[in-house]
Amino acid sequence: MLDSTDSYVTEDGRTIGGVVMEMKNITLRFGGVVAIKDISFDIREGEIRAIIGPNGAGKSSMLNVISGFYVPQDGEVLFHGKPRPHMKPYEVAQQGIARTFQNIALFEGMTVLDNVMTGRLNKMNSGLLAQAIWRGKAEQEEIENREKAEKIIDFLEIQHIRKTPVARLPYGLKKRVELARALVSEPSILLLDEPMAGMNVEEKEDMSRFILDVNDEFGTTIALIEHDMGVVMDLSDRVVVMDYGKKIGDGTPSDIRNNQAVIDAYLGVAHD
Amino acid sequence: MTFKNFTALYAQRVAQSDHARACEQREETSLTQTSEGVNGLTSVPALLQRNAAEFGDKAAYREKELGIWQNWTWSEAADEIDALALGLLTLGVAEGDFIAIIGRNRPYLYWAMVAVQSVGAVPVPLYSDASADEMAYVLDHCGARFVIAADQEQVDKVTDVQGGLSQFEQMIYLDPRGLRKYDHANLHQFSKVQDAGRAALSELMPELNRRREALNYDSICVMLYTSGTTGKPKGVVLSNRNIIETSRHSSEFDSLSAGEDILAYLPMAWVGDFIFSLGQAYWTGFCVNCPESVDTMMTDLREIGPTYYFAPPRVFETQLTTVMIRMEDATPMKKRMFDYFMGHAKKVGPAILDGETVSGFDKLKYKLGDLLVYGPLKNTLGFSRVRIGYTAGEAIGPEIFDFYRSLGINLKQLYGQTEASVFITQQPDGQVRSDTVGVPSPGVELKIAENGEVFYRSEGTFVEYYKNAESTADTKDPEGWVATGDAGFIEEGTGHLRIIDRAKDVANMSDGALFAPKYVENKLKFYPNILEAVVFGAGKDRCTAFINIDLTAVGNWAERNNIAYASYQELAGHPRVLETIQEHVETVNKSVAEDPMLSGCQVHRFLVLHKQLDADDGELTRTQKVRRKIIGEKFEDLVNALYNGSPEIYTETEVTYEDGRKGEISATLEIRDAAVVPVTASKIAAE
Repeated sequence: MLDSTDSYVTEDGRTIGGVVMEMKNITLRFGGVVAIKDISFDIREGEIRAIIGPNGAGKSSMLNVISGFYVPQDGEVLFHGKPRPHMKPYEVAQQGIARTFQNIALFEGMTVLDNVMTGRLNKMNSGLLAQAIWRGKAEQEEIENREKAEKIIDFLEIQHIRKTPVARLPYGLKKRVELARALVSEPSILLLDEPMAGMNVEEKEDMSRFILDVNDEFGTTIALIEHDMGVVMDLSDRVVVMDYGKKIGDGTPSDIRNNQAVIDAYLGVAHD
Repeated sequence: MTFKNFTALYAQRVAQSDHARACEQREETSLTQTSEGVNGLTSVPALLQRNAAEFGDKAAYREKELGIWQNWTWSEAADEIDALALGLLTLGVAEGDFIAIIGRNRPYLYWAMVAVQSVGAVPVPLYSDASADEMAYVLDHCGARFVIAADQEQVDKVTDVQGGLSQFEQMIYLDPRGLRKYDHANLHQFSKVQDAGRAALSELMPELNRRREALNYDSICVMLYTSGTTGKPKGVVLSNRNIIETSRHSSEFDSLSAGEDILAYLPMAWVGDFIFSLGQAYWTGFCVNCPESVDTMMTDLREIGPTYYFAPPRVFETQLTTVMIRMEDATPMKKRMFDYFMGHAKKVGPAILDGETVSGFDKLKYKLGDLLVYGPLKNTLGFSRVRIGYTAGEAIGPEIFDFYRSLGINLKQLYGQTEASVFITQQPDGQVRSDTVGVPSPGVELKIAENGEVFYRSEGTFVEYYKNAESTADTKDPEGWVATGDAGFIEEGTGHLRIIDRAKDVANMSDGALFAPKYVENKLKFYPNILEAVVFGAGKDRCTAFINIDLTAVGNWAERNNIAYASYQELAGHPRVLETIQEHVETVNKSVAEDPMLSGCQVHRFLVLHKQLDADDGELTRTQKVRRKIIGEKFEDLVNALYNGSPEIYTETEVTYEDGRKGEISATLEIRDAAVVPVTASKIAAE
């Protein structure tokens, strides 16, 4: 068993570091409904960590706990070993955590470039006046941020829609733009909520490649929720399986594949 | 009736000129040129050195990167090329080596070509969308020791097949993305090779200079593989003389200057791109602009506004379709204005472009139209600055051709081949028509053989097919005449060449009537709804056809008419789509019937294919030409169904996805009868 500070090298040559985020006995309730029940797991630096489970298993709630949007009634989230207080979304972003949404949450009327640029908002420090008169620091910042945005646009191969309003784009591209906006903030942890939902095979393959490339090129730690088992098994280093708010499995894809509880949850068994 | 009779008859009708005979007489005069290049410029690297000295600060290359047009002057380009050439020396490239270059149009890869030439090796550009197996054939055939690849995708393809390549040694890649973890024993990054070259400058410069000086007018400039409508691709060896003489002649023909801008977007493995983006660019010193990505080509075209532009007919067709589709969405006011002024342009535009006299009022109205419609439209298309535009490769629809010319875009046709270093004939300004391919290019001699096949001879005529003396001898005779494989004739009076069809595609039907498939296919393809057509009929009693719909045009039409569809296949099989296509086929039949020679080629039955013909499935060449024989074999069941009268046919087809995996699609295709115009074709056939 690995210690929380140990690191190891994967078969394909990536270095996975120590634990960056740890969920400890998380329980989340909405009134009388228990969405998450006493779940613990960790995320290591540089790994691709998947959370899977049937509908209503509590995956998205779990992601919202990780992102700090929901505060669990019990248990705690440790980020770099320290307990995390309740935070505003922008504070979460400043910690280096970025996310995409299951239902795309882009500014539909704005162009792709403008949408991506909003991801840099946290990095702009010049004052209101400077931005209004567009002099000195404000201009310098805009240039730097635009360059970062262009690098991500290039990386995700969306140059051809740079100036297109997002509302006019097909679903698969919108998902990619959302990923671009998350990436441009240079996160250390990237949370992806069903990045491949509703995509066709080709779009899924493209997205998988981008996720792998992001992890490889920027060393970004990735936690993702996904329905498509094939994709999950191919992409991730470790998988957490949830069912009815409980953790029923945790391990490498091959462990999960042979886990009877997981097979039951997916194929269905009578609940007594 | 045989093919021979056909051309003889055709010649009677349009009357063959004495031109052919004149050409044959000229055969006596020797072609050999004693002067070794113009002003001692006997190689592309020599041209580069001249350009760096003469146009040092002028832009030579631009590429859009990170949203900004990056710029390299001629002297900067020369530095980059030298660095790479020295780097290649450090890797042990020997004179006479073949080096494959694979990727989309990027300045770095053009530099790679010249750097390879500088060290005395031969560049072999490959189609970047070719599959790994296709690449394996070419890499093995030319015995490439080195490969310069653009990115991970290309590196992966070569890595997959390198086991079977006995001579392959090392690979250089441009974009490091995704390649960091690869074993770098035989893999080098482009910029690192350049760095190594710069570091070894003082040590290796004498060797580089020696190799550059050893290049002469007859050393190999490039080897290009033909796309091959039949059989395996052949390696066409072109010498410095071929490329430089052709570039010189063609640049003078259109008075190209160092001030031109071109957009390099056509495959680097295609001879046209080599002549335009390398030969002519180095000869005249103009600027080559590379798009940001394949998908941004139209935007980049608009931003650059090239002055000299080349595109195959398909690109012009697509652009016209897009314009028409967008006009449908315009406000009624704009639509009326567009229709009104386009009508006027159609009437007087080509005449104004050709410098013919037009009434003052018409001229004024055209000027107004230019202000309100033509100008903005040309700007949107990226054609505001186009001084000379060329189309070639296939016949272009007269309507499409006239549309662009009426806007005031000087679009011309040329006829060429890889074996001719492109130029065989081209249209001079003021003599442009959609049905000819122009007069012989400067320095080109033309003759029509007895059977109607077009032969040419020029200084651009290729050296040989690499490692294929047999094919070389079949194509090029000892006197230097090269068979084009196309049947055509020279018009009396104008001296323009007209191409009828591929000589080997022309055949007879069972009743002896002439069968010229391309003639009918082109007529069909002129409809925006029809992307591709394949007509069958050789040895049969009547003609039938496969049709491929154009998804953009038909999809848009479906949207307007509230026709829901989930896939290409469903749309292609929709009854209303079939109805529309049937109307097109019947109109074409009427037009075909008007030609007494070819009235037997009317399409009696047709079907709309359930998949788009694709180069990945071997149905088209990489340059998008139909491989008739392969299609006939692959879809044999469908061809039989077209002839046995069945109303529909169930079929299963294997398809290749872009990543090389295979899948299967199945469909039940409806076969429709098309009305034909009764003709007395048999009378002519009986002659």
